[in-house]
Amino acid sequence: MSGALHKDYAGAKLGMWIFLFTELLLFGGLFLLYAAYLARYPREFGAAGQEMHLGFGTLNTVILLTSSLLVAMAVTAIQRGARRMVLLLLGGTVLCAAVFLFNKYLEWSAEIGNGIYPNSPRLVAGPAGESVFYSLYYLTVGLHGLHVLIGGTFLTIVAVRVQRGTIHAGDYVLLENGALYWHLVDLIWIFIFPLYYLIL
Amino acid sequence: MNSAEKVHPARNGGFWTDTGKTGITAWIFSTDHKRIGLLYFYSVLTFFLIAVVLGVLLRIELMAPGRTIMGPQTYNAIFTVHGVLMIFLFIIPGFQGSFGNLVMPIQIGSRDVAFPRLNLFSWWLYIAGAAVIITSLFTGGGPPDTGWTFYVPFSERTGTNVSLAVFGVFIVGFSSIITGLNFVTTIHRLRAEGMTWGRLPLFVWSLYATAWVQILATPILGITLALIIAERFLGTGLFDPARGGDPLMYQHLFWIYSHPAVYIMILPGMGVISEIMPVFARKPIFGYKMIAFSSLAIAAAGSLVWGHHMFTSGMSDTAILVFSFLTFVVAIPSAIKVFNWVSTLYRGSISLEAPMLFALAFILLFSIGGLSGLVLGAAATDIHVHDTQFVVGHFHYVIFGGGVFAFFGAMHYWLPKFYGRRYAEKPAVVAWVLMFVGFNITYFTMMVLGMKGMPRRYYDYLPEFAPLNLVSTIGSWILVSGLILMLVNLFRGLFKGEPIDRNPWGAATLEWTIPTPPPTENFEQEPVVTHGPYDFKKAGIP
Repeated sequence: MSGALHKDYAGAKLGMWIFLFTELLLFGGLFLLYAAYLARYPREFGAAGQEMHLGFGTLNTVILLTSSLLVAMAVTAIQRGARRMVLLLLGGTVLCAAVFLFNKYLEWSAEIGNGIYPNSPRLVAGPAGESVFYSLYYLTVGLHGLHVLIGGTFLTIVAVRVQRGTIHAGDYVLLENGALYWHLVDLIWIFIFPLYYLIL
Repeated sequence: MNSAEKVHPARNGGFWTDTGKTGITAWIFSTDHKRIGLLYFYSVLTFFLIAVVLGVLLRIELMAPGRTIMGPQTYNAIFTVHGVLMIFLFIIPGFQGSFGNLVMPIQIGSRDVAFPRLNLFSWWLYIAGAAVIITSLFTGGGPPDTGWTFYVPFSERTGTNVSLAVFGVFIVGFSSIITGLNFVTTIHRLRAEGMTWGRLPLFVWSLYATAWVQILATPILGITLALIIAERFLGTGLFDPARGGDPLMYQHLFWIYSHPAVYIMILPGMGVISEIMPVFARKPIFGYKMIAFSSLAIAAAGSLVWGHHMFTSGMSDTAILVFSFLTFVVAIPSAIKVFNWVSTLYRGSISLEAPMLFALAFILLFSIGGLSGLVLGAAATDIHVHDTQFVVGHFHYVIFGGGVFAFFGAMHYWLPKFYGRRYAEKPAVVAWVLMFVGFNITYFTMMVLGMKGMPRRYYDYLPEFAPLNLVSTIGSWILVSGLILMLVNLFRGLFKGEPIDRNPWGAATLEWTIPTPPPTENFEQEPVVTHGPYDFKKAGIP
């Protein structure tokens, strides 16, 4: 058998898609709990949902959608070999990730300031359903935030490798997989946003 | 077979030496699937043996009512650790990691798996998770005492080191996911020319189905375990009734993973049996397509039956009926396999060598385990035997009598190929007899005890259960003596036994067409497959 280095792009992408599927299922557990507890505590979920900061949520949705667009454009740009453009677009994506997390920080600070966090005296004293709602909210959004952090770090590494020239028009599967991961982060938020901010 | 190959001393030649690298780092940082397979094999075997010792201690404690050798807290910790080690560190990663890695790439005609570095990473994650679990036993509040199921609310309240143990299991789960996605990609992308899906060895089919279960189910375990940690550290109260949570939700999430997980444990074993059966019956397998299909059917249907663990937990009657029905549905593909294996034997030229004996034991023990599973799957009978020794007996029949006996069969069938030497036949048969007899005495007695009403996980019991408990404990000693004899004979053989040639069993799958032990690159030339895996005639095997 020949010892030549062989890269299987289709294989690498298949592996990435499967991995993304496991990520969806990871969040699936939390969405399942959301569904079950929403059915049990519709009124408390409604009341708690009214207190969510819709402004922060909307802003973060816009930011994530924009970042998803930027990273998709970066994939197109690398196919054309426009390295500077790729770096610019990836920089924009990572910047969006940072702004997203900063917004999250402000939002959580405001909520914690209002005495809303898991096991807080206010939630322990309040109706049981609200405590469940906020616990789920913190866990789901926290886990999502962790994914934003991981995705942002991953895309930064990709950017460095584009800069060094190890990712280029002839070999960009890592960038493509990074972009896929980033779309997943976006996609999960697209479910979190209505469930926690809009429909209640 | 030329004689030059035969005089190779053991572990000399093939992938053991042909890279010129033999130090420890050439192993623990190797991306060769065979080396990773052996790393996995010895890791899981170590945890298996530790857990066997714990299991024997449990049986000694239960030999007589009251305190025998340990206190109640120690007993709780030991049955928990026995379960955690056996489930999460031995049988779940066991097949895929060891024989999956050793054999699967060769069977599909590939040089390696799709992501060799990820493969190594998954072993390291496994070791890291195992290290965290071991650490949890000796630090903090001591070893967890919740049982391997980590049921809330107790797992949230106990002062023992549950968080760390659960975190270790989380890491091992991640390793399992990575192995699964690696195997699915490998089987899709790296099959040799002519290796169509219809020519895939049935072991590969079973690994493929298993890999999908790993991919689809393990993330749910991940989030469930993460939630236990959040409950303990953040007080999120999601499973705490006082705070609006519901412990039943934990049970749902836990079993959404853990029921499919028993198919991670048993499916590859079924694949091993499907390999051994035709070779030692000297006959193409009966019903190839149905066996392949039933692996997928078990994986699919098995993902929808988790509720049968919760018949007494307070689910609605509708849910109980649906889950009970689906549980019976899973029995169909399992029975398809059993009937096909038995049909393979019909008019075969059966050769009762060690791998075949383990395979036959598998069929019998798995059938008993499977049928006793239906006793538990039917809501009416489950109410009586739920949480009794009957469950313990049933589970060990399926996983030990099924999965682990298949694992032993695989050890006798495939390890000689990778070592170039084989074990002595007679002691292997004696060991098999001892284990088979000891196994049935140990676990059938447990099922009887459960029928009589003895609960599981109890430290003490009523005097009327004493005679049967004594019988079960004596059975465990016979079982272990067989196990020791088997391991001594097997490893003596692998290191000092008679050298073997390429194809000692006369099998028609690809791994037997390459030199023994296989070279690092597996194939000198990329193989072109022209016949099915059990087509002995076309493979030129008499």
